[in-house]
Amino acid sequence: MRYLFRPPAADATGLLLLPWDQPLEEWDHDLLLDVPSRGISRHVVRFVAVEDRVYALKEIDERLARHEYALLAQFEGEGLPAVSVLGICVDRPDEQPAVLVTRYLEYSMSYRWLFSRPRGERSAEQLLDTMVVLLVRLHLAGVFWGDCSLSNTLFRLDAGTFAAYLVDAETVERHPSLSPGQRAYDVDLARERVGAELLDLQFGGLLPADIDPIEVADSLPPRYESLWEEVTREEVFRTDEQRYRVAERLQRLNDLGFDVGEVELKTTDGGTRLRVETRVAGPGHNRHELFRLAGLEVQERQAQRLLNDVRAFRAYLEQKSGSPVPETIAGHRWLAEVYQPVVDAIPEDLRGRLEPAEVFHEVLEHRWFLSEQAGRDVGTTKAARSYFDTVLPRTPQELTTPSVIAGRG
Amino acid sequence: MASIEMNNIVKKYGDGFPAVNDVSLDIADGEFMILVGPSGCGKSTLLRMIVGLEDITSGDMVIGGKRVNDLAPRDRNLSMVFQNYALYPHMTVYENIAFPLRLSKTPDDEVRRRVTEASDVLELEEHLERKPANLSGGQRQRVAMGRAIVRQADAFLFDEPLSNLDAKLRGQMRTEISRLQRRLGITTVYVTHDQTEAMTLGDRVCVLRKGKIQQVASPRELYEQPVNLFVAGFIGSPPMNFLPATPEGNRLRTPFGEIELDEKRAAAVAGHDLLLVGIRPEYFDDASLVDEAKLPLGSTFRAKVDVTEWLGDSQYAYIPYDAPDSIRTQLRDLSKELDSEELRTQAIVSIDATSRIREGREAEFWLDSRKIHVFDPQSGENLTRDAEAGAELTRLATQDRMEQAEEARGRDTDARGGATAVGVG
Repeated sequence: MRYLFRPPAADATGLLLLPWDQPLEEWDHDLLLDVPSRGISRHVVRFVAVEDRVYALKEIDERLARHEYALLAQFEGEGLPAVSVLGICVDRPDEQPAVLVTRYLEYSMSYRWLFSRPRGERSAEQLLDTMVVLLVRLHLAGVFWGDCSLSNTLFRLDAGTFAAYLVDAETVERHPSLSPGQRAYDVDLARERVGAELLDLQFGGLLPADIDPIEVADSLPPRYESLWEEVTREEVFRTDEQRYRVAERLQRLNDLGFDVGEVELKTTDGGTRLRVETRVAGPGHNRHELFRLAGLEVQERQAQRLLNDVRAFRAYLEQKSGSPVPETIAGHRWLAEVYQPVVDAIPEDLRGRLEPAEVFHEVLEHRWFLSEQAGRDVGTTKAARSYFDTVLPRTPQELTTPSVIAGRG
Repeated sequence: MASIEMNNIVKKYGDGFPAVNDVSLDIADGEFMILVGPSGCGKSTLLRMIVGLEDITSGDMVIGGKRVNDLAPRDRNLSMVFQNYALYPHMTVYENIAFPLRLSKTPDDEVRRRVTEASDVLELEEHLERKPANLSGGQRQRVAMGRAIVRQADAFLFDEPLSNLDAKLRGQMRTEISRLQRRLGITTVYVTHDQTEAMTLGDRVCVLRKGKIQQVASPRELYEQPVNLFVAGFIGSPPMNFLPATPEGNRLRTPFGEIELDEKRAAAVAGHDLLLVGIRPEYFDDASLVDEAKLPLGSTFRAKVDVTEWLGDSQYAYIPYDAPDSIRTQLRDLSKELDSEELRTQAIVSIDATSRIREGREAEFWLDSRKIHVFDPQSGENLTRDAEAGAELTRLATQDRMEQAEEARGRDTDARGGATAVGVG
C-alpha cells in the first residue's frame, strides 16, 4: 500500500493506523463517525475522527482518485471554494480501489438538511443563488464540473448568508478557458440534477409543499446567465462618465461576492470600453485583515462583521484612555476581552451547532435587537447570556459539527 | 434517429496544435461507430465536438442532415449515456427513469408509454416499483440507460463509459450495451482506448492517431487487412509480431527462416531492402501438431523457446529473435505510441494447448504464410494489403447490421401494437 499526503501532513499520521487493507464497508463501526446523510454518492463514503479532526474517506478507482486529488489541491492553492484534500491511499491489497481522504468541511450543511427544514429566511432561492455563484466562479477559472448537483455542494453559514463549496471533483476537467458549449452543458446538467434531487426529496416527503422542484430547477439557467453576464460583460460609456461608471461596476461585482483582479480601459471613438477581469478566488480582504489583527481564521462576511466590532472596540479604548491605540493592540485585546469570553461561554451542550464566529455574529445581531428594545446598549455580555438562553437552543442539535461530537468522545 | 456526418473537421487549440486534423467520417443512421486510439489521438475531442462541448475550428458537423456547428449541446438532441449517473433513493425505478420527462413536463400518459417501452427493452419491468437501493450493479447501469432511452435522442454517445468499472461488470455492460444498441437500432458513437471493446462492440471502428484517421472499417477488416503498421499493431491482443525481413525474389528472409510469397505479394514488396513482416500469434503453431495437408501452405522453422504460457484452452510460446538496430528503435517507438508494453524483439506465438513444447528447448514451428502482411518500415504502409478483400469484409458486416436492424424493427412493431392496445383498454 502507498499513501500520498499533502503538507501539513502531520495531522495525518494518526490516520495511518486505520485498517486501509480492508474494504471501507467492512471497517469496524467503532472507528467510524456517524455523519448524517450528506447527499447521493455512487461510492462508498465513510467518516473518521482522528485527534479531534474529521476526515471523509471515499473509495474510488485509482485513476479518478489521483485526478481528484490533484485538482482539489490546485483549487485550494487558488482559493477556489472546495473541500480541502489531504491525500490518497493506493495499491491496496486484492485490487481494491484507492481511497481519497478529504478534510471534513466543519459546520457545513447538506441540501437535504436545508431544504427539508420549514422555511425561514433561508429560502430555496438563496441556496440556488449561492450555488450559481459557485458555478460561475468555477467556470471563470476554466473548471468544467461535469456533475454540478446539490449532492456535490456543501453550504456554510457566513454571517447569516450562505457560502457554497464544491465537494466532488471526480468528473472535473480543467481547461485554460471554457467554451460556451461546455458552460451550457454544465448548466443543463446542473438544472437536471437539482430538479431530480428536489423531486427525490418530494417523493420522500421531505420537501415543503411550497417548493416546486421543476420551477426551482428551471430558474437555475437564467440565474446563471444573468450572473455570468454581469461578471463578464464589457461595457462602453462616455469618457466623462468613466470614473463613476467604473466605480459603480466594481461595487456591483463586490456586492455579488466577486473581487476584481484587473481593470482594462480602452479609449475608442465610441467612448471608453471597460473590461474587468474577475478574480476566481472568493474575496478575502476582510479575512486576511482579521487574521492579521487577531489571528482568527473565519469566512469573509463573518470577518467583515467581526472587524467592525474590532474597530468599535478600538474607538472605545481610545476614548477611555484619551490616547491613540495601535490597531494590532486593539485587535489582540478585542480577542482576549470580547470575542474569546463569548465563545468560551457557549454552554457545553450547545457547542458545535454553529461555527464560533457565526455565534459571535449572531450575538452581535441579538445585542442590536435587545438594545433596540431597551432603548440603550445592553452590552455584549448580557446579549450573549440572553442569546445562549433563548436563541441558540433553537438551532437544531443535528447541526452539531462532527469534530465536536468526536471531541466529546 | 439520425446519421452523423463530419466533413474536414479540424480542432486547433490556442497554441495552434491540431488535436483533430481534417477528419471526415460518415456514420450511418443506426450504426455503432467506435472511435479508438491511444491517448492524445483526438478521439475524445472528436466526440466532444459532436456533443457541442468543443468549438469546431473548421469543417462541418452535420447531424440528421442539419449543420449543428453553432447549436448549443441541448439543441442537438443527443444523449451522453452513463455520464455520472445518480440514482435517487426515494424515487422508484420507474421515477428514476422518468424524471427527465417530468422535468420537461411531459404528459403522464406519454411518460408511462416511454418508460414502459424502455423498461421492456432493458428487462427492468419487474423492478419498476422498487427503490433503487437493492438493484445490482448491472441493473443500476440499465436504469441510467433507461433515462437516455426515454429522452428519444437522435444518437447515443459514450465516452469511455466502462473504464471505471471492475472487470466483471465491464464485461457484463459490454454485452448489455451491444444488445441494447442492436435492439434499438440507434446511432451510437463510442469512444474507447480499449481495442477489445472496439472489436466486440462496433459495426465499424475508426482508428485515430495524432488527430488523423488511419482507417475506418469493420473489426474484421481492421484485423485482417490493416492499412499500416500502426493499425496492425494496435488491433489484436496479444499484438501482431513484427520481424525484420529482406526480400529475395519471391521469398522473404527472416529470423524465422524463409517465407515464400505469392506472385502478387512478391511484386508488391519488390525494390525494398529492409521490410517488416507482420505475423499474428495465431498464424503460428507447433509443427508436430499441424495437419499434413496444411503444412505446405506455410513454412517451418526451428527456434529456441524462452518462455511458455499455458492458459488451459490456449498456450503461448515466446521466441526471441535478432533484429538490426534501426528495427529495434522503430519497434520501441511504435510501442510507446500505442501505450503498450514494449514490443520487444521477441515473438509471441500461439501453439495448441496440448503442445508439449518446453521452455529453454529448441522446437519446430509452422507459420501460415498466406496470412502474413509486409510493411514498409519507413512509411509504415502495408504493402500487401488486399483492399478488395477488406472492403468485402466490411460490406458483409454492414449487411449483417441491416438485417439485425430489420429484425429489431419487426419486433418493435409487434411490441408497440401490444402497448397501444393496453393504452386504449
